[in-house]
Amino acid sequence: MKATGWQRTTSEGATRPGLLFEGSDWNFKTLSRTYDAIEAVALEDLHLDVYPNQMEIISSEQMLDAYSSIGMPLMYRHWSFGKHFVQEQQLYRKGRMGLAYELVINSDPCISYLMEENTMAMQALVTAHAAFGHNHFFKNNYLFRQWTDAAAILDYMEFAKAYIARCEEKHGLAAVEEILDAAHALMEQAVFRYRRPPRLSSLKERERIRDRLDYEERVFSDLWRTLPPSKDGRDAGDDERDAQERKKKLNLPEENLLYFLEKNSLVLEAWQREILRIVRVIAQYFYPQRQTKVMNEGCATFVHYTIMNTLFDRGRINEGAMLEILQSHSNVVFQPSFDDPRFSSLNPYALGFAMMQDIQRICTDPTSEDRDWFPDIAGNGDWRATLLDAWANHRDESFVLQYLSPALMRKFRLFVLADDAKESHYRVASIHDERGYNKIRAALARSLDVGANRPDIQVIDVDLLGDRQLRLQHTLQDGVVLVESSRDATLRHIRRLWGYDVSLVGVDQAGVMAYETSATE
Amino acid sequence: MPNFIDRRLNPKDKSLGNRQRFLGRAREELKRAVNEQIKAGKIADVDGQHAVPVPVRGTGEPSFRVAGGSGRREHVLPGNKEFSAGDRVPKPSGGSGNSDRGSAGRDETEDDFRFALSREEFLDLFFEDLELPDLVKLDLKEVVSFRPRRAGYAVTGAPTNINVGRSMRNSFGRRLALRRPKQAELDAIAAEIDALGAKPDPDPETAKRIETLRVELDKLARRRKLVGYVDPVDIRFNRFEPQPIPSANAVMFCLMDVSASMGEREKDLAKRFFVLLHLFLKRRYERTDVVFIRHTHEAREVDEETFFYSTQSGGTVVSTALGEMRRIIHERYSSSRWNIYAAQASDGDNDATDSDYCVGLLNDELIKLCQYYAYVEIIDERESHIFRSVDNGTALWRAYRLVSQKWPNFQMTRIAKPADIFPVFKQLFSRQPAK
Repeated sequence: MKATGWQRTTSEGATRPGLLFEGSDWNFKTLSRTYDAIEAVALEDLHLDVYPNQMEIISSEQMLDAYSSIGMPLMYRHWSFGKHFVQEQQLYRKGRMGLAYELVINSDPCISYLMEENTMAMQALVTAHAAFGHNHFFKNNYLFRQWTDAAAILDYMEFAKAYIARCEEKHGLAAVEEILDAAHALMEQAVFRYRRPPRLSSLKERERIRDRLDYEERVFSDLWRTLPPSKDGRDAGDDERDAQERKKKLNLPEENLLYFLEKNSLVLEAWQREILRIVRVIAQYFYPQRQTKVMNEGCATFVHYTIMNTLFDRGRINEGAMLEILQSHSNVVFQPSFDDPRFSSLNPYALGFAMMQDIQRICTDPTSEDRDWFPDIAGNGDWRATLLDAWANHRDESFVLQYLSPALMRKFRLFVLADDAKESHYRVASIHDERGYNKIRAALARSLDVGANRPDIQVIDVDLLGDRQLRLQHTLQDGVVLVESSRDATLRHIRRLWGYDVSLVGVDQAGVMAYETSATE
Repeated sequence: MPNFIDRRLNPKDKSLGNRQRFLGRAREELKRAVNEQIKAGKIADVDGQHAVPVPVRGTGEPSFRVAGGSGRREHVLPGNKEFSAGDRVPKPSGGSGNSDRGSAGRDETEDDFRFALSREEFLDLFFEDLELPDLVKLDLKEVVSFRPRRAGYAVTGAPTNINVGRSMRNSFGRRLALRRPKQAELDAIAAEIDALGAKPDPDPETAKRIETLRVELDKLARRRKLVGYVDPVDIRFNRFEPQPIPSANAVMFCLMDVSASMGEREKDLAKRFFVLLHLFLKRRYERTDVVFIRHTHEAREVDEETFFYSTQSGGTVVSTALGEMRRIIHERYSSSRWNIYAAQASDGDNDATDSDYCVGLLNDELIKLCQYYAYVEIIDERESHIFRSVDNGTALWRAYRLVSQKWPNFQMTRIAKPADIFPVFKQLFSRQPAK
């Protein structure tokens, strides 16, 4: 039976010369041919604008490797990556977790991984999804354009890996591990949310800075320390003024804890500061991805769906391959209901894809409700330009606020559940009806705002004249507190980096103190 | 046209360094887990892969995380069926709601994740507090040894392994088949040209002849260049196949006193002692049988489970175990076909009159049959300084001293903690490097 079926498809293929590939096996020729066809649709039809692509074929073990080093092709060594590797390997072996079909890195050129186990149809899907969908998003979205530097990241990671390896050689594994542990604990608090981070300095400049540090180390003379401090012309007032001046220079309050510690810690050595900087740069690099999960995945899913359908319509993919593609597509955009055992949270693929399809519908075939809600885009007929504009200029929060339509809320049957820890009941705050649309939209946008949902912890003061205690303040949002054991362990890490005592005060929005804790010797 | 790069051949263990760092980090926890496994598992199981649970202690990654069940928040959920605004929904028992389940669940799964240690990693941890010399550790961890043996020819290999005879035979055949001109043919033509050219005035016919000969010579020379004397396709290499070094069978007798005086701690120590001997034997012999004999005032062969986990009441007569061992050797393990090893663990108690009988049994029969006989007396840690001298001790100890003075393959020691076990095997291991 199998043999005849196979024969039939080949003979059919012979009568359909336009097909890009047939059967499930792939080779570099079919990959390349398919890539070219996908590229043509992506650039000419959807007007995407992408970085040059670099496609890498990897095995499933290598995919696991890539997972555990948070998706970067180059990463320094740390035990926590080993731990994640073991955990993921176990989940994968037990079959509780499938591997992602693809992994894509925001770099220039844009690197996409294709797994060797994928069938040819899956390779085509992945190419469209990663090499064009994600790639376009990385290159054009304002967050990535402004906050990350795709051209420099691979060079920087190479530098980081080599630098940390060198530190391990020079200062010992344990010393480096201690700094990395502490820095990883603060990764969440290591991004500039409002201030733009400085561009990654050029290779040359970094080289120069390090040379200078090396020079200082070489010419260091302990004798200088033994010189008596000059007493004349200095009194207590000067010290006071110096301290005030220094505090002003510290630029308090400061939200980026790792940045503050890197620049101002009283005990860290130059190499330790450089390590903090590396961790901070990586955290900052990933920050835009976390703010655009729905959009990024939605964009990639929409792009692959559109391209694959176009290719199918033009007769370049056969029915079998298209069925396979559609099956994994619908797996990806599956959204179980809240009471389904499979439910964990809103699926960003499903939400993003549905919203983008919805925009397409509003542009081409609007209802009167859409005309009320989206007067500027309803019926404009040009869904391509509308989507390109949305992809370029929004993040998840603003995208939902701008484009989530009542029709989609009804389709998803969205509702808002208010949860107050003090009460024994949840309250259904709004549902998908006339009164609820705006509220659901606002609540969903808020929940997608990474910056607002993260605990807001800032450095507010350093008593440099007294005991040099570092004072942190946590501004509570709606009374949400921190997990205590984890919080205290993190504070101990801060103490290690700062060198002196650290205190953390929780204050709610009204300014009332909710808790106080500190890490001391 | 995109840039395709095939990375599949790149080394895949990119995160090996991370794994080692993680192992170092969780070392204490892992060691505890390994020791538990040795306690609970079978002696023969020590040699292999192991999955051990790793608790999060020491490998936690703290951060400022928001606590699930605190404050006021709003969840946006899909799939509303019958709710309308203002409805109240009871919280599921356990306190946390749907969307908190994710974070709470994660904390739990972190606790019980299991870590598969490779054989090497497991043995490293096992050896750690046995204080084995490094050479012995290597010796034990080494997998079966192989000796290369000639096995035919291969087309690839190291230059040192080129088989000249076979290669030249191939070359000869190829030269014949492709009709490579011989040097003699070339010389003959050259000589003829010379001879013709030597005449003072060549007539046109001779000149024409010289011309054809030149063309012929040229053709042959080109052919010679094209068909090499030795071509890479001719080369054959000697092929070697790793062959396991032949080794015989061994049987290991575990003898243990199981009377009530042997407690949990004593049995654990005894087990480590047996495990070590078993590991050693498995390295040396292709097949290793283990026989468990437990005794009180009477001895019986039992399975491993019973051996370690059940107690029996009764007095202590060591010679019964020796007698049982003798019986089994005669029945199943003739010393001509089996290497016999014996390991005896006891707390030193014995019936007052029995020790001399034991010495007789050992001296006259058993030691001659055994390759090696190791005896450990497990003592309390508090007693260890009292019994520092080897001369005094229980009746059994004093009696065995006589045996050990007479036979070099009888070893005995007192152990109070795991690190004491190795000395009893010292002689056994020290013989190996000479092999």
